[in-house]
Amino acid sequence: MEFPDNLLYTKDHEWVRVEGGMVTIGITDYAQEQLGDIVFIDLPSKGQDVSKDDTFGVVESVKSVSDCFSPITGKVVDINEDLAENPAMVNEDCYGDGWMVRIEVKNPAEIKGLMKASEYESFVKEEAA
Amino acid sequence: MAKHTPLYEDHVKLGAKMVEFGGWNMPVFYSGIIDEHLAVRAKAGLFDVSHMGEIEFVGPGALECAEYLTVNHVASLQDGQAHYSILLNERGTVVDDLIIYRFNANRFIFVVNASNIEKDFEWIKAHQRGNAQITNRSGDFALIAFQGPMAAPILKNVVDIALDALPSFNFRQTSFENRDACIVARTGYTGEDGFEIFCAPKAASTIWQTLLEIGKPKGVVPAGLGCRDTLRLEMKYSLYGHEITDETNPLEAGLGWVVKLDKPGDFIGKEALLKVKQEGFKRKLIGFKMTDRGIPRSGCDIIAEGKKVGFVTSGTMSPSLKEPIGIGYVPLEYAREGSKFFIDIRGGQRQAIVVKTPFYKR
Repeated sequence: MEFPDNLLYTKDHEWVRVEGGMVTIGITDYAQEQLGDIVFIDLPSKGQDVSKDDTFGVVESVKSVSDCFSPITGKVVDINEDLAENPAMVNEDCYGDGWMVRIEVKNPAEIKGLMKASEYESFVKEEAA
Repeated sequence: MAKHTPLYEDHVKLGAKMVEFGGWNMPVFYSGIIDEHLAVRAKAGLFDVSHMGEIEFVGPGALECAEYLTVNHVASLQDGQAHYSILLNERGTVVDDLIIYRFNANRFIFVVNASNIEKDFEWIKAHQRGNAQITNRSGDFALIAFQGPMAAPILKNVVDIALDALPSFNFRQTSFENRDACIVARTGYTGEDGFEIFCAPKAASTIWQTLLEIGKPKGVVPAGLGCRDTLRLEMKYSLYGHEITDETNPLEAGLGWVVKLDKPGDFIGKEALLKVKQEGFKRKLIGFKMTDRGIPRSGCDIIAEGKKVGFVTSGTMSPSLKEPIGIGYVPLEYAREGSKFFIDIRGGQRQAIVVKTPFYKR
């Protein structure tokens, strides 16, 4: 399982890439492996405001339905529209082409609350144990 | 603490993702539900269903007892034959569904759902009729389902019976590689040709490993409960707790073909079902597809003309058809093929249309 060092992570198994005043969000390798084959993804609309801990999307595997919680407050500036046609991209390339949303950050302090790769890796190990 | 089947170590070794199901720690998938599902349709898959229960009836009254407890005509079975049946309560609703195996006139085995073993055994004991010894033998059997078009050509090389001549829903006592005693039944829950192999718990691992080893070059994969569910859903087979419960009767569930109301003698639930038949039932279990985006799931409301008219019992993304499918109860006026209604998915109303079932045809 991979947890790239250049990303930040949440306890809900999302990753966050910080680029200036924007963040890109997706689900982690651990999350996609736990879910299995992803067959459906619902994302917010562009321009929608989201608050930290709000549901911003839904990921469905063959068997299960999981909410995605936004780790950040802000405005959705872009969504990965390819996922509507090809949700399995999240299984194949969760940190790359399987990204989900891009959010314009309203409250940069929220970023400080996110985990580093090494912290997240320990968190996952504990959860899996 | 969830129980382990005799194949638990094998599942772990194969890297299965394990989940708790009906009190058992079971593999939900190994490589992935979709891969395994498609492998069963095209080649074959090996399932551990040892969690299922076996209740044995022995004695001169075994047939009479089985006849009274279940809805199908048990006396029509020959030795070595099996059939699908249902245990009903006095209200005519479902206690469990099961397969009844006739060994001889004095010995039958009921194979029941894992989560209902205790309940069924209590129910059967409480409603016993005739002179028969009834034993819960669930711990004495492991059960491996080998399902898919490649199952027969592979299995026939390792059992000493004329497998090609074994009709569907027939079974034989034999041995695996002339070593381990087993019962091979041409039954299953996937819609594919296939077998269920009953054996002693200590023999299970060898049989499992052997079939995987000789099957692997021919495309056989270990298959988890995840694809067992999607396979049965594509066939619109009922699953206890979803399509059939103690709040549904078999007629509205589309299982009228199993119920032999005209068989000789009484059976539990007969009177209630005769009444249902006389008065006519008001809702029906139907299959539907989505015309809007979204996957229907068990428990979703079915909406028509702005109000709730029914509910979804099972739904998924069909791996064979690559589109969402669902099963649910609706009033008769919405049950005809082509009827449209809405499924409430996370508060949004998505349109669905009634289709012919099974969803999947070979």
